[in-house]
Formats: sequence, structure tokens, C-alpha cells
Amino acid sequence: MAGADWTASTMDVAGTKLHVARAGRGRPVMVLHHETGTLDHLPFYDALAAQYDVLVPHHPGYSRSERPDWMRSTRDIAVIYRGVLSELKLGDAALVGLGFGGWIAAEMASMAPADLSRLILVGAMGIKPPQGDILDLAVTGYVDYARAGFHDQKAFDRVYGAEPSVDQLEMWDICREMSFRIAWKPYMYSQTLPYLLGAVRTPALVVWGDDDRIVPLSAGKTYAKALPNAKLEIVKASGHCVDMEQPEALAKLVKDFIGRE
Amino acid sequence: MHLMYFTEQPMSAYSEEAGRDFGATALMFSNKHFDPVAGSRLYNNYIEQYMLAEEVGVDGIMLNEHHNAPFCMQAKANIFAAILAGMTKKVKIVMLGNPLPLAENPIRLAEELAMIDMISKGRLVSGFVRGGGQEQLATGVNPAFNRERFEEAHELITQAWTRTGPFRFEGTHYQHRVVNPWAVPLQKPYPRVWIPGVISKETIVWAAQQRYPYIALNTSIEQTKKIWELYDDVALQSGYVGGPENRGYLIQVHVSDNEEKAIENARQFRWMQGEFTGLAHPVWSTPSGYGSPTNRRAFVEFAAGRAINPRGNTSFEQQMADLRIIAGTPKTVIAKLKRILEETRPGILALWGNDGKVSQQDSLTCIKLIGQEVFPAIREIAKSLDLKSPFESNAPVHIKYSTDLKPAKAAAAE
Repeated sequence: MAGADWTASTMDVAGTKLHVARAGRGRPVMVLHHETGTLDHLPFYDALAAQYDVLVPHHPGYSRSERPDWMRSTRDIAVIYRGVLSELKLGDAALVGLGFGGWIAAEMASMAPADLSRLILVGAMGIKPPQGDILDLAVTGYVDYARAGFHDQKAFDRVYGAEPSVDQLEMWDICREMSFRIAWKPYMYSQTLPYLLGAVRTPALVVWGDDDRIVPLSAGKTYAKALPNAKLEIVKASGHCVDMEQPEALAKLVKDFIGRE
Repeated sequence: MHLMYFTEQPMSAYSEEAGRDFGATALMFSNKHFDPVAGSRLYNNYIEQYMLAEEVGVDGIMLNEHHNAPFCMQAKANIFAAILAGMTKKVKIVMLGNPLPLAENPIRLAEELAMIDMISKGRLVSGFVRGGGQEQLATGVNPAFNRERFEEAHELITQAWTRTGPFRFEGTHYQHRVVNPWAVPLQKPYPRVWIPGVISKETIVWAAQQRYPYIALNTSIEQTKKIWELYDDVALQSGYVGGPENRGYLIQVHVSDNEEKAIENARQFRWMQGEFTGLAHPVWSTPSGYGSPTNRRAFVEFAAGRAINPRGNTSFEQQMADLRIIAGTPKTVIAKLKRILEETRPGILALWGNDGKVSQQDSLTCIKLIGQEVFPAIREIAKSLDLKSPFESNAPVHIKYSTDLKPAKAAAAE
């Protein structure tokens, strides 16, 4: 599974420079990462690249992509990514949105309701949970927040190390700052998105870890209800970061849902 | 020399143990520990202190504002400013200051301040601050736009004070259809604006560019000198020469008629577990985007418990040795303050006289000795050192009202 041949490039979309990692062949799949940014390599990305043409853009203002000062909303990122898909002639890509990336994916789906081949939301932010609140970056320590994304702390240690580096802490702070710039209030959700999702025709899969302490499962249930063509899958023994904690289980769900060429 | 009295207005009547158990005395430290009966008594004590300060001849009373924390009871500095505007006769009401980014409607601030200025018959000094990190969270204001909001709110308020309304304001963070307040300041072009701060270089540079006096908050002599170096450099680039009228300094000074008692009471300056603004939670005190990017690495290390607070946390003894805390009888205090005046040459000096659980009686004694013995001596020293306040030197309220600007080179040659 490992050893996918990743290439990295910088794309310019409407003046916004994006770092985009890409690997594999097959149907196009765009993976949208978490609010904590992304590491360059993850087993989940490799698992998808074994079967698909996988793109992992770093969100503007996160990880290796520079910050556009003008951005004010998550929907702005969604529009830029729509531009990426147009530019690459991948309008029918499948989207896999992880956490905050799930919110971006849902916004993208709402903009062109029939274009995407598949929509997969994993522990997605973006709508107000009917029960519980989304864990707030603003009042939670860097390591505490990142650890809250995992059901089993050993899984966190495997991904980030038991003591994440200062470089990692600094990166989390940079990602946090961008999250505040675009999703401060209301925090990490849109008040209009639930209504816009009703027009989406793309088949959707909503995935939630059974121990998600960042975004309550009630939000997942709302997503599954709001999207006309959606089903909900719960992954056992997993926190919010299903992609990092249960990469094989998530990759299997995604592959079964997107299908083979 | 402009001489002021200051107190943080500590809400000392809470269980210190509860604060230690919770591990922080800010933002989310529960207000179940706030006792309004004690609160009522303390607010009235502070009014009594301010009235005495005026009676014994201080030039100004310095006020500030904080939220969700026992170290400062003023949730709205304009309330106390309004009280003093009506109750006092001579003192300047020096707000250091209103936290601009917290305002969703800066025009309302402009109106309140104009009312205070008129009611006090032109005694308002209207300082502005960014607000602490936890203030952004307490009021739900985006820390990532703190500095932008500060500068834009300042622009809107000064326009509201000086431009004839009605006009429209279309900013990045503030948009107003109609700016036309029926309350404008008595002082022209507008009340003096002073800018207090601790470590942000950006604030020092901004203050110098506006030609607003910068008030260094309890920094060491060495830190203070570095602040003036930077301020003076920017002043020269802006076409004027910085001097005492641009420099203010706040220092913790407790005065008593007895040396031992003074030192014992001065220990109360460290009452909040030794922290400047209470036992700070490292994440809440510096939300992402609030601080300068150059301090990012230091603050994340502190937040993760891997480094000391970049804002510093020195011991009582060290602060006494550094002259950041001064305590004693008037004679001792005057000698030490003299050294600070000689070394840092401010034209504005605020004594932070009492903190924590210092009794009301001792607080009043301190104020009396400050007004009757310390300040008269400081005035003489200031005269001999030619330390003039912005009032004495008739400094322009803002750089745009300057009549003495020179090209940077010529200013540097002076």
C-alpha cells in the first residue's frame, strides 16, 4: 500500500497559490484535510492512491499553502477548490472531506449539485450539531485538541509522536489562526448550509467515528438527513480523525462507495 | 510632569484556593466565586480612593478595563470615567484604555467618551488598547483581526470626533450608514490619546507614528529604554524628535509610614499567584492570531508547557531589585523613583499604589503619602530634569496637528 509516487506542485487559482500533492491513477478523488492541517504522508492517502488519482490540496492558510488575507469564509475556500477542479478538468471528481475539510466539501457540493461523482464526509464540521457543541480550538490547548481527535491515544502517538515537535505546534497555531479568520463566529458552522444541501444530487456517504469528541455525532445524523441521497456509517474504535486512526477501515468504506473503474 | 494614581481595582474577595485548584484565574474561572456584596463594598472603596487622590493633589486618575477575571473589577472603564466626571473637579480622567477591537460599534464609544469629556469639562484623556488575549474570547471578538480592528476603530472614532456629520464609513471591519453622533468632545481637535502597552513592538511603532504618548506598563528600566529607542527611531522617521512628552510609565509603588509594612503590603502586587494579570491560561491569554507572528514560536512553546511565559514572571525580590516594584516610606520611594526618572525620562508617571488584599485604610494612607509627600518631590525632580508632560509642552494631539515636522534627515540631525 505504501510507496505511492507522490508529486507536489504549486497551483495558482485566481491569485491564490495552493500546494497540491498528487499520486495514483484512476478516477479522480480530492481529499480535503482537517482544521489541524495535514502531514505530507498518511497511510490513508496512500491507500486511496493505490486505486485512484488522488489530489490533496493544502487549504489556503494551512500547512504548506500560503494565507490569502482577503478570505473571510469557508465558502471562499470551496470556491477556490471549484476553480482547481475546473482548471484540472476534474469537475466530476469524488470528494473526501475530513473534519473541517468535510465542511468545504459540503459547500462545494452545494454549488454544483449534480457535478461531483461522490461526496464523502468524515466527521464533518459545517452545520450546528442539534446536540452538543463542536470542540472549540480557541479555548483548547494545541496538543489537547489534537489528542481529542483520537479514541486511542496510542494512535495519536503513532501519527504525531508522543511529544509533537515545536514545528508541529507552530503549524497548528498557523492553522488555528486561519480557522479563526474564516470560521470564528458562528464557530465552525454555517447557518445556511443545511438548507443548501437539500439540492445536492451527488450520492453521499457520511462517516463518523463512534467516539468523535470534536464534532458530535448528532451533526452526522443531520448531514445524512439533509443530503437527499446519503447514508451514514459509523466506524468503531475511532475518534474524529478516522483517516488517521482507522485508515484501512475508512479506505475500504471509501473504495466500496466510489467503486472501481 | 503629569502624575497619576492607578489601581487595577482587584476583586480580592474570592477564594484563592479555588483559583489555584482550577489552575487559572481568568476567562473560565467560574463567577460563582464572585460575591456581589463584596463587589459593592469594593467598588465604593475604589471611589473613596479616587476622591482622596483628587483631594491630595494628583494630576490624573488612570482607569483600565478587563473581563472575566478577578484581577480587575472594571468590566467597563467608561462607567468609572463617567462617575469621576461627575464627582471630581480637577483631576484628568485618564483611560488606559478602552479596548477598541472589542467594540462592535466604535461610534458608541465615541459618543460615550464625548459625553465624559463634556461632563468633566474637558478632563478626559482617551487612551486606547488592543485588549488582552482572553478579552477577545470573553467578548467573542476574533483575535486574528485584533490589530486591524484596533486601527480601523481608531480611525472611525477620530473621524466621528472631528468630521462634520453625517457621513458614511465603509471599512473592512466596520461599516456604518450614518455617522453623526449628537455628542462630540469638548476638547479640540479631540481629547489626548495615550497608548499603553507591554511587549508588542507593533504597538510602539504605531503610537510613535501617530505621535501619541506610549505608556510602558511596569517594564524594567532596561526594557523601558529599549522601548524609547524604538519609539524615538520611528519619531525621527516621522519627522519629529521624541521626548518626555511622548513617554509615560506605570510602576507599582506602595507607600507607607513604615518600611516593613510597606514591603509587606507591596507583596500584594504578586497576589495573583505571581502573574501580572492573574494566573494565566497560556492558550486563552494568547489566542492564535492575536500576537505578533515573531512571537509565535515562543508562545506555542509556553502554551505546551515547554517554556516560560514570554511575558515574563519574575519574583517579588527580583522585581524589587529591578525597581519594577518600589515600596517604603516617602523618602525611600522618592530616591528610587528619582533614579527611574533620570534613566528613562518620562513626562507622564502613574503610580500603581495598591493591589490585592491591601486594606482600605492602608490604601488611603498610601494615596495620602503619594499626594502630599511623594508627588511634590517628584515634581521638583522633574523640573530639574526638564521632564515636561504633553500638557506642559503643549504637544500636538496627533501627528497631523504638528506644526514642527521636518524631513527625517533634518529631524535626525537635531
